[in-house]
Amino acid sequence: MRAGLTVLAGAAVLTGTAAGLAQEAGFSDIERGRYLARVGDCVACHTAEGGEPFAGNRPIPTPFGTLYSANITPDRETGIGGWSDAEFERAMTQGMAPGGKRLYPAFPYPFFTKVTRDDIRAIKAWLDTLEPVRQEVDPPELPWPLSWRALLAGWNALFFEEGVFTPVPGKSAEWNRGAYLVEGLGHCAACHSPKNLAGAVELDEAFEGGFGEGWFAPDLTGDLREGLGEWSVEDIVEYLKTGSNRFSSAGGPMAEVVERSTQHLTREDLRAMAVYLEDLPAAEEVAEPGDVRDLDELLMAEGEALFVDNCTGCHLMSGEGQEGVFPALAGSSVLQQEEPHSAIQIVLGGAEKPSTEAKPTPLAMPALGWKLDDDEVAALLTYLRNAFGNSASPVEHSTVTDVRSIIEEREGTAALASE
Amino acid sequence: MPTKLPPVDVLLVGFGWTAAILGEELAQAGLEVLALERGQFRDTVPDFAMPQIQDELRYAVRHEMFQEPARQTITFRNNHAQTALPMRRLGSFNPGTGVGGAGVHWNGQHWRFLPSDFRQRSHVEERYGADFIPEGMTIQDWGVTYEELEPHFDRFEYLCGTSGVAGNLNGEITAQGNPFEGPRSRDYPNPPLERSLGTLLFDKAAREAGFHPFPAPASNTSRPYRNPLGVQMGKCTYCGYCEWFGCANYSKSTPQTTILPVLLNRSNFSLRTNCNVTRIKLDRSGKRATGAIYVDSSGEEHEQPADLVILSAYATHNVHLLLLSGIGEVYDPKTRSGTLGRNYAYQMVSGVDVFVEENLNPFMGAGALGQAIDDFNGDNFDHGPHGFIGGAYVALWTTGGRPILQHQLPQGTPEWGSAWKQAMAENYLRSASLSVHGSVMSYNDAHLDLDPTYRDAYGDPLMRLTFDFHDNERRMSRFVTARAEEIARAMRPRSYTVNQRQGPYSIVPYQTTHNTGGAVMGDDPSTSVVNRYLQHWDVPNLFVMGACVFPQNAGYNPTGTVGALTYWAAEAIKTRYLKNPGPLVDA
Repeated sequence: MRAGLTVLAGAAVLTGTAAGLAQEAGFSDIERGRYLARVGDCVACHTAEGGEPFAGNRPIPTPFGTLYSANITPDRETGIGGWSDAEFERAMTQGMAPGGKRLYPAFPYPFFTKVTRDDIRAIKAWLDTLEPVRQEVDPPELPWPLSWRALLAGWNALFFEEGVFTPVPGKSAEWNRGAYLVEGLGHCAACHSPKNLAGAVELDEAFEGGFGEGWFAPDLTGDLREGLGEWSVEDIVEYLKTGSNRFSSAGGPMAEVVERSTQHLTREDLRAMAVYLEDLPAAEEVAEPGDVRDLDELLMAEGEALFVDNCTGCHLMSGEGQEGVFPALAGSSVLQQEEPHSAIQIVLGGAEKPSTEAKPTPLAMPALGWKLDDDEVAALLTYLRNAFGNSASPVEHSTVTDVRSIIEEREGTAALASE
Repeated sequence: MPTKLPPVDVLLVGFGWTAAILGEELAQAGLEVLALERGQFRDTVPDFAMPQIQDELRYAVRHEMFQEPARQTITFRNNHAQTALPMRRLGSFNPGTGVGGAGVHWNGQHWRFLPSDFRQRSHVEERYGADFIPEGMTIQDWGVTYEELEPHFDRFEYLCGTSGVAGNLNGEITAQGNPFEGPRSRDYPNPPLERSLGTLLFDKAAREAGFHPFPAPASNTSRPYRNPLGVQMGKCTYCGYCEWFGCANYSKSTPQTTILPVLLNRSNFSLRTNCNVTRIKLDRSGKRATGAIYVDSSGEEHEQPADLVILSAYATHNVHLLLLSGIGEVYDPKTRSGTLGRNYAYQMVSGVDVFVEENLNPFMGAGALGQAIDDFNGDNFDHGPHGFIGGAYVALWTTGGRPILQHQLPQGTPEWGSAWKQAMAENYLRSASLSVHGSVMSYNDAHLDLDPTYRDAYGDPLMRLTFDFHDNERRMSRFVTARAEEIARAMRPRSYTVNQRQGPYSIVPYQTTHNTGGAVMGDDPSTSVVNRYLQHWDVPNLFVMGACVFPQNAGYNPTGTVGALTYWAAEAIKTRYLKNPGPLVDA
């Protein structure tokens, strides 16, 4: 009954104007804009470490070079204070700043183009209320010819399709609301999908997991091992609202997303996103539990010994973790991703759960990279990926070495040095 | 001249248990709260991460988490005929420093004092007559009752996720818990920790001896827990590194594991570390605190104005600050006038080491994993025939099997050589200790004042402690230790050793970090520094927290009562003081 009512209410909104796709009525435009900016997690990229919120100039590492995010406070000279609503809309939906300057797609306009024009105006209305901050933005550090913005016209022609989200007929209003948020402002696929050589999302493999900041953002499809196949809608909502659920805790870049963005979303919107994500089909043939891999017995024995010594205090001998506190290793999708980079990140550099209103403790796992060498990490993770019913490919020594250098580059070599 | 900083509503001096509780309560009420902590910031990860934290030499022997005597210490003498000398190395007690205070390195032994403890003088007079109180003993009532504190004991236990089993649930005595405890409104939030073999042997022996053993209350979580603030704890791994260490597994209740994740996120709360408060400032009238002077890590002096100042540092440090700031009349043992520094008390501890046949596996331990009897604590038994006041619990704690400090050897074992090694091999896993944890009453010759000679790193006089045990405590201790010996015998050990406390109080061997008194609470301004709400009698916008307000010390670890008193004071501040700032009790 309750679910029926939700759908009906949603349907009524959907059949209204484009504005209907946005939050429930009653919010002023500005408040709605504040909320939508949270959905888009604008603050994450548009705030430098130690800098004023939304004043930009945060370095955004890309495979091609480093870009610096824009100052989106209403400062007239260094921010977007001089922009009209139409100019802002054009930037969001076409990736083009005033004066015809093309924006690099690290700014996710290929997603934001799906946002209703009314929602975009609400975001602008809210941004206009911020305190203007004078903050110059550094120019991109890209090699020629990538530094030549005109090339982006070609990129757009190949990989970019402009246009607002259109509801899919035959799907529920809730599903469509979820699709609108996930595909648009949420820009989930920006991290959770493989990218082609030009840095564009491989559309036919969307949500199957992808690299970002040295982490592997996991598969969000219905895959039972790597994806969300075992998760219920409520599990997804709890994860996004609180930072953890019975299966997993957010860590790495996702911890920031939960802390700054998803925990602030309404349960209705999170539910809608979850309904949409739940509907994503598994990418390939689903691995069957009990797949037997040909694994080196000695390596597995070493991995098990390392597990007992280093992991069991919190994750327990059974690998089941402690519900509500420490995540389970048994059945963990992070562990079983085809690309083990995130698991390696966590073991080498540690991880911290986001501090959310619902679960304020930033429960953390300490870094082990100072005491485990690359062979040991490979053995440990190969074991964990194939213990407690888990199944995944062995972890290569060289992959651990690569991730270690990423962390050292990010945090300095001292981060992983022994005391 | 110190730099004058922008004012705040509330200034907390020190940032351990009491400050964390008050910070959360008052920030939640909307006040701008600032805490000044003399030590460093620290948190579970990375500061208490394994395996580094399990370093007995670094933490237990070399005192990494404790106050550094080179910066600040006390001088000590047993009596007025002696000249006090500075304690140059911590011995008898180990005050903490750094965020979380001693709340980081405690064991988690989480007790409530008895209803009769809070009416110490009235209770003794009513039951035994005024003549029962010996000459020179200055015990008094607290001005607050157990019944008034009960909801606050409860709140603190639920904050901590304390593991235990009720013995007295709303007046109904249960079979598993402590039948002597005051009535509690509900059971502990978590069940008792897993039992160690030592505690099971103790339980059996104590029953045989006719006593009433129970699992001691532990602020080490027996299962995953989420407290009323939403803060999460993992279950204890029984690693045996509680006391003197931080907990690596979010399993020991500390400010970090119970409050700080919420409090540190509040925009109206701020914390400055490495800031040592040296003075509380009063206005010209002497009736109003205007803030505090502190020295930061670069040696710069600052003045921090505040409307409300709360001393929430360690007990002795709070008294020291009052003495340095000249707030209140210093107690004079000759004339018995003055209240500041009066009624210092401590803890009388003794023990019985037992050497048994069984392998007790001491490595599976937790700071508050213990079995206890309370039959001889407080006034749980008729003191009439014995002629002393007070009592002790007897407990077998399985806190760990650390190699340097945690082992017992039978009496007469050589201190080195092959016989020592052989005895160590025989007894390391097959021994335990029964501790007798006793009360200390207050006396007119036990007090705190400023030392005339020695100064700290800031150039200020050290505080001087004048203290010795009295005949009352020695007799109490002998009596309860004899009961512990009965339990020890019933354990049918190979041998046992009774460690009676002998001679005058010594500041050298570690006993407990349960220093009490010096700024005691009460109903009468001529015998107390703060009123029943922990508000200073002379300066109503100054409150004093911690065990320094205990008028005498009961036979329990103090933290549970310190936490309850803090919530009690916080409620009075929120519901009464803020509406009408001024004295909450008319002098």
